[in-house]
Amino acid sequence: MTETPHVRHSRLVRVTHWLMTAAFLALLLSGLEIVLSHPRFYWGETGNDNTAVLFKIPVPASRNLVPTGYGYVLPDQNGWSRYLHFQSAWLLVLVGLAYLAAGLLNGHFRQNLVPNRADISWKQLALSVGGHLRFQRPSADEVWSYNVLQRLAYLLVIFVVFPMIIWTGLAMSPAFVSAVPAAVNILGGQQSARTLHFFLTGVLVLFLLVHVFMVILAGFRSRMRAMISGRAAEPVERV
Amino acid sequence: MSMLTRRKMITTGLATAAGASGLIVAAKLAKRYGLIPPDSGGVYGPGETLTYAAQRLLTRHSLAREFSRTQISEKPFANEVAPLGDDFKRLQEGGFAEWRLAVDGMVARPVSFSLAQLKSFPRRSHITMIQCEEGWSYIAEWTGVPLSHVLELAGTLPQARYIVYRSIQPDWWESIDMADALHPQTLLTLEMNGGELPVGFGGPLRLRVARQLGYKSVKYINSLTVTDNLKPFGKGLGSASPEGGYAWYAGV
Repeated sequence: MTETPHVRHSRLVRVTHWLMTAAFLALLLSGLEIVLSHPRFYWGETGNDNTAVLFKIPVPASRNLVPTGYGYVLPDQNGWSRYLHFQSAWLLVLVGLAYLAAGLLNGHFRQNLVPNRADISWKQLALSVGGHLRFQRPSADEVWSYNVLQRLAYLLVIFVVFPMIIWTGLAMSPAFVSAVPAAVNILGGQQSARTLHFFLTGVLVLFLLVHVFMVILAGFRSRMRAMISGRAAEPVERV
Repeated sequence: MSMLTRRKMITTGLATAAGASGLIVAAKLAKRYGLIPPDSGGVYGPGETLTYAAQRLLTRHSLAREFSRTQISEKPFANEVAPLGDDFKRLQEGGFAEWRLAVDGMVARPVSFSLAQLKSFPRRSHITMIQCEEGWSYIAEWTGVPLSHVLELAGTLPQARYIVYRSIQPDWWESIDMADALHPQTLLTLEMNGGELPVGFGGPLRLRVARQLGYKSVKYINSLTVTDNLKPFGKGLGSASPEGGYAWYAGV
């Protein structure tokens, strides 16, 4: 019990939150830049300009051989984008592992993220969904605790989406899959892994948008202060 | 409170000291076991070093996935290369009879082989995927002489650490470490899908590095240099790729 009562988020949560934010934004930017060099997606093991696409993104490419239908080619930014992508991926993985280890050891997941037994009922979930749909401002209680939908969303992102996006990323690596072929075989092929990696990015971007929107709805200044300094807007005495 | 602060200071101090000495030991070990890539300087050095070191520990002997004949791509894609130079065209007109592969550097016997000689060496085939860093890929059957065989004939000296290989095309050269150079799937490729290796795919001679991205599989190979140090080559970053902003190690 080293945390003083008015600290909303532990130092570990705050530091890892912002490191993850930096890594994620760098991954997103560099990832989109890499996609521009071949904005076509496939399913299965292989795919190239001579094969049918699963879908393509309607943007010009940064390479002149890709038949995009646009008359021009964007500047090639793949070199630094790839360097930045993998460096940020390492940051994300290492920070993520530290967060996971600490969260399991200090009870952060159990206390703050696993929903209360009472909240796991269709009635409670429906109430929470209804409140969210009406853009209801969170109650004072939620300054100090996450609501049930928030808990489920965070758990999903931490334990399902991030592991999946790291896995699909590794499944694209020719050297990694030489040692662990199952990583790509289970996904149905290297191009399937690439396509899934792209869709999972979409899920994370959606999460980011909703997350930021909710922060604004709940009070941007107070929530940002809580995640930066740890202090909550309305310090209430907790017993 | 003061007890707590002191305890905190001591733990933090110990943790920092342990972390710092751990890093120093890790860096020393990494250097000793050749886990530092030549482009480890600069902003992206830490990420590249982590990738290369982790993969060298995990994949030193692993084989690239091989596919069945039915999975060979019907329409492989020949990536663009710079317009072929006059040297290449002259050799092409002569049916590549005069094409030679020179091997020098840290070898007991510097040699040079004609294509006919290379074709007389024991050959190996594999059906593997070639992946471009852009994102596209295809599967083909590659047939050629294992690079390890040619290195053995030249007599690689024990201190060798890297193989530098060059295209006849100007400014196109790469290098790989011995783990990839001696890897059984690393082929001086002469054939593709049972026929001659087409010029568009790197014929008459392409070095296939099966566990790395396509840009390490340089087309139109005509010379190899065995070395223990990449500093004297080009700008000292290991190959032409880092000079153009791309990672030297492309196992990703």
